[in-house]
Amino acid sequence: MAEPVLRIEGLVKRFGGLLATNELSLDVGPGEIHALIGPNGAGKSTAIAQIAGELPSDSGRILFEGRDLAGLSGAARARLGLGRTFQVPRLLEDDTALDNVALAIQARQGHSFRFWADARRDAGLRGPAMAALERAALADRAETRVADLSHGEHKQLELAVALALGPRMLLLDEPMAGLGATESRQMTAILQGLKGQVAMLLVEHDMDAVFALADRVTVLVYGRAIATGLPEEIRADPEVRAAYLTEGDA
Amino acid sequence: MARAAVEPGLRPLAWEMRGRVALALAFVLLAALPFVLPLLGAQAVVGLATRMLIYAIAAASLNLILGYAGLVSFGHAAYYGVGAYVVGILYAHWASDEPLLGLVPGTDQFLLAVPAAVIVSGLAALVLGALSLRTSGVQFIMITLAFAQMLFFLFVSLDHYGGDDGLIMRRPNALLGLNLRDDATMYLVALGALALYLLLLSRIVRSRFGRVLSGIRQDERRVIALGIEPYPYKLAAFVIAGMGAGLAGALMANMTRFVSPDMLHWTKSGEFMIMVILGGVGSLFGPVLGAACLIGLEYVLAGLTEDWQFYLGPLLVLVVLFARGGLSGLLGRRAGVGGSDG
Amino acid sequence: MSLILEQILNGLQLGVTLFLLAAGLTLVFGIMGVINLAHGSLFMVGAYAAAWAAGRTGSYALGALAGLAAAALIGILVEFVVLRRLYDRNHLDQVLATFGLILFFNQGTAMLFGRQPLFVDMPALLSGAVEIIPGVPYPVYRLAVIAVGLLVAAGLYLLINHTRIGMLVRAGATNREMVRALGVDVRLLYTLVFGLGALLAGLAGLMAGPLSSVQVGMGENILILTFVVVVIGGIGSVRGAVFGALLVGLADTLLRAFLPGLLRGVMAGPEADALGAGISSMGVYLLMAVVLLLRPRGLFPAHG
Repeated sequence: MAEPVLRIEGLVKRFGGLLATNELSLDVGPGEIHALIGPNGAGKSTAIAQIAGELPSDSGRILFEGRDLAGLSGAARARLGLGRTFQVPRLLEDDTALDNVALAIQARQGHSFRFWADARRDAGLRGPAMAALERAALADRAETRVADLSHGEHKQLELAVALALGPRMLLLDEPMAGLGATESRQMTAILQGLKGQVAMLLVEHDMDAVFALADRVTVLVYGRAIATGLPEEIRADPEVRAAYLTEGDA
Repeated sequence: MARAAVEPGLRPLAWEMRGRVALALAFVLLAALPFVLPLLGAQAVVGLATRMLIYAIAAASLNLILGYAGLVSFGHAAYYGVGAYVVGILYAHWASDEPLLGLVPGTDQFLLAVPAAVIVSGLAALVLGALSLRTSGVQFIMITLAFAQMLFFLFVSLDHYGGDDGLIMRRPNALLGLNLRDDATMYLVALGALALYLLLLSRIVRSRFGRVLSGIRQDERRVIALGIEPYPYKLAAFVIAGMGAGLAGALMANMTRFVSPDMLHWTKSGEFMIMVILGGVGSLFGPVLGAACLIGLEYVLAGLTEDWQFYLGPLLVLVVLFARGGLSGLLGRRAGVGGSDG
Repeated sequence: MSLILEQILNGLQLGVTLFLLAAGLTLVFGIMGVINLAHGSLFMVGAYAAAWAAGRTGSYALGALAGLAAAALIGILVEFVVLRRLYDRNHLDQVLATFGLILFFNQGTAMLFGRQPLFVDMPALLSGAVEIIPGVPYPVYRLAVIAVGLLVAAGLYLLINHTRIGMLVRAGATNREMVRALGVDVRLLYTLVFGLGALLAGLAGLMAGPLSSVQVGMGENILILTFVVVVIGGIGSVRGAVFGALLVGLADTLLRAFLPGLLRGVMAGPEADALGAGISSMGVYLLMAVVLLLRPRGLFPAHG
């Protein structure tokens, strides 16, 4: 297998006496979708937050394209090409969908110490931002305030914003959460379309989506990876079935 | 009263034109005021109106960080006071003909003293902002307040410049042969300064920089996930705001020909915040209205009773408690202004 | 040497006063998430009520009781009428509303008692001086203030670490949601904590009365210094409040006492005095700046 885009080794995060992630190791290859599944409270979101640089790790290493991310801020990691979406969408609710994507384009183009020209009339921002919205099937909602978008559209916009950064890797924290069946299928199709272009670490409860998308699956229980393998292997693994059936909410 | 921080999307050009015409009209009307008021026998009101304009500059500058960036700074009077003192101290050295620290000659020139005031206030904001912005939320409020108090005590201890009693300027600065002692002239200078500062702010809040500030206010974690470090943007906004406050202080020093530590008092910072909130957080002209409102209210209340603060206090509490949404509710919609971390 | 000892005691005395205020402020913030600017007003209320009652009755003890009662009652009233509505608001709302309360209390006090400072007599029992070491007399009253402050600190330590209420307070300081989830009568807990904070502020105020003049605005000067304590100590941490208060009290007192003298050794008298006064009045704020550079969350951060 080629050099992994993301490799994490022995990741640990303690909250008081609780181990949220416990010696977690996994890797994601180029263009691969690696799903991270597990019951609620298994430490999936904690792992994402550690990789994204929002939570400091108590021990372990995170390598992105061979580079140790230790000591890099969340923003610095994003600039290296590590994009992410949030489980509960974090968007600029007062602004339009276009504004949200345009800010991402702006961030990608370099510093924003430009004080005079109107950013909303800047063709260099609007053009690429519209293109990004079109890719996420949101072009007709460009001038809508985010607060007025539906939940599904929030999720799509989250993805559009992350993609507008031109990431080489995406950390997706439950992109299907709260979506109806149709919206889920639509999101799955969008992610399917990206497969092979960008590596993804996919945290998801929707098993249909996981097994439709993932190249490999890691199962997390109480912060520990109890199994990693191809989707069909995981599906058949008795230990996984036991953990899921007893803890289960999936 | 308050309007949404930023209107979404692009407004049609026709609207934009109409807005500009209305603005120009308002400016002309305001500029005519000092000539109209004396005809109505209200000469004294010109001075009051000038104070409103100068406070409007200070409030608008605070609004850049409080309203657009969501930084609750409780020490804004510090930069206002520093600006005033720069004008006062330069004047004192000009009058005594002794260079400051043996190096910097004093001046009574408006075009030297006021820019110097703006620059020095900006430097003070750079240093104190760099430290304060290492924290957030309630610590930030406490620290900005504490640093402002530090500068207050610094000026109190400067016996050479009047200490507690402050510094009197015998004359206002000289500006191109204009007589700043004349109420109408001072008014027009203040109006011009306010118009320029608002123009600057209106560009800044729409610029790329302004978009980042707005993002930081709405959701700082989102901005970080975009690869933007918030700190330098917050600091730059803090400095621009400090410079605006310094400009206001320099103008006030010229108007009252007096500077004192009271200009840096923490209650002054509180008043600036009230102006911003009254007028509507995060809107360009809100602070102007807020400043006019508060100064006007104080003037009216003070005419009615000596104990006007006894009534203003509960009024403020009521406004905060019950005028929800119209006021800071606008800000706190999400992870907004130092929103309680619960 | 004796002068240094005396100033250290003075510093301790300022420190315990600051601690009494900081403990209430930091608990109220830690548990309710409220920044209460009017905390200084309770300090003033305690001082005025004690001064007034002592003047009326001639008894310091009755004055002290009145000060405590007034501060606690007004504190609870303020919590009930205003603060309670601010728990779920953002800090800006809290700052503005409690700023409004300050205006109200300050002006109200001025209307009742006038702008002239009140002076309070020392209680006869504590008015003398004792020799702390041979040849060094020190006012008994100041020693008593230090003793009361240390006793309260010890009492708070026991309360917080060894009682059920204390357990809730500790839990609340680290995780506010958890206390709410425990099914505790949160409103009652909040009122109790706020009342306790008010009581401590009143105690600080009434003890400060005989040492400095009792006047309108006294609350805010010390409140801002208390903010410095809380920032240095770490917000929400009572242990931080103890260390921060002693550090600030000592630093402020010692700088004011000795810096001008030290400077006079290296420069001319009047200039040394001016510079010394300037630096020493800024000293604790510079201390805060240094702490911020090294530990942005304070020396004893309470929140994870």
